[in-house]
Amino acid sequence: MNIVIIEYNAGNIYSVVYALKRLGINPVVTADKAEILSADKIIFPGVGEAKTTMDYLKYHQLDQLLIHIKQPLLGICLGMQLMCKSSEEGNVDCLGIFDAPVLKFHPEKHEDKIPHMGWNTISNLKSNLYKNLTDNEFVYFVHSYYVPIIENTIAETNYIGNFSASLHKNNFYATQFHPEKSGKTGEKILKNFLEL
Amino acid sequence: MLAKRIIPCLDVKDGKTVKGVNFVNFRDAGDPVELGKQYSDQGADELVYLDITASHEGRKTFLDLVRNVAAHINIPFTVGGGINELNDVDKLLNAGADKVSINSAAIRNPNLIGEIAENFGSQVCVTAIDAACVNGKWICYLNGGRVPSDKELFSWAKEAENRGAGEILFTSMDHDGVKTGYANEALARLSDLLKIPVIASGGAGEKKHFKDVFQLGKADAALAAGVFHFGEININELKDYLRKEQLIVR
Repeated sequence: MNIVIIEYNAGNIYSVVYALKRLGINPVVTADKAEILSADKIIFPGVGEAKTTMDYLKYHQLDQLLIHIKQPLLGICLGMQLMCKSSEEGNVDCLGIFDAPVLKFHPEKHEDKIPHMGWNTISNLKSNLYKNLTDNEFVYFVHSYYVPIIENTIAETNYIGNFSASLHKNNFYATQFHPEKSGKTGEKILKNFLEL
Repeated sequence: MLAKRIIPCLDVKDGKTVKGVNFVNFRDAGDPVELGKQYSDQGADELVYLDITASHEGRKTFLDLVRNVAAHINIPFTVGGGINELNDVDKLLNAGADKVSINSAAIRNPNLIGEIAENFGSQVCVTAIDAACVNGKWICYLNGGRVPSDKELFSWAKEAENRGAGEILFTSMDHDGVKTGYANEALARLSDLLKIPVIASGGAGEKKHFKDVFQLGKADAALAAGVFHFGEININELKDYLRKEQLIVR
């Protein structure tokens, strides 16, 4: 299987590479448009800041490429947020694949620390991405902005309020958490994506 | 609900895991990658690898080990020891580390915290503080607890937060290796003071110490080494215990 990881100015791409290697897949890390378009599946990872990253994607015309992808694509963390309509992080217009804003967490009490960092549960699971998973398994999150619950939500998490842990629309999938760092549960999710 | 985290810490010297008693006498405790994998399988939430000789001998950090850990372990891990500049951080993150822990270098050059946060995000920057209580005042130490600094724990932790630290890893040198429990009073004060997560370190000897550090010390995560390395506490059993005590764990 030809899996492409989109290379751009985001951190942590190699964690995804290693995670796929553990599943027996040797992914290609590239920003080359032809290579991306010929992939069986595409992963759009990301740790970073929304505005800077969107500027980069636009400059390299990856934004137009991404929204027209027909293969299954999985956005991770910032990747998921950039697939939404807009982000409060830098007040930037994003790719608009999902019709939802990305909002800043507002703590309600001292214990609500930002970023939301660590292991939290996902529930209300839908779609084959969560095949063989049960509600309330733990996955690893690190983020300061969130996507509210929308019709494309396929997993929810509670921190300060309920938010989208995962989204799905047509060939586009996304997770706010890091499956590549989420132990055995994360491995199952990545495997499910590879088997879509 | 966000889970309380259990974090085994692997102090690495010459490619092997060691555990100090009050930072001085080292006992051998095994292969760092193998040990890390074992902990991950047991249910550890994160791992910390500290190159303990680095700041002392000026040795550059252990990139090969980091690559090896990243290739074999599917939970987040932090690396520390000998990080003095942005370039060190860049190399470690590229080798696959999720976070870096800076200690002496942050005290010597506090701007480093902000530089890391700006370039890689706050979540990458764990600021570690080794402190001991001297005449009622918590003094921060440099170079693995060898040299006292002019910083005081609470004001320094707050400054680190303001500069962009993503987490504070506080080790009480008075409690480290003694196995009589964590420095819960100081930890609770720290947790009340800060808006970022606090990782407690130093003093774990039995399961109840973990319950106490979360409930009394208000810590977000608890780090320990010796009790895990020598099999005195199994992480799986520890989590069962904490669950029974009504704590949220993974």
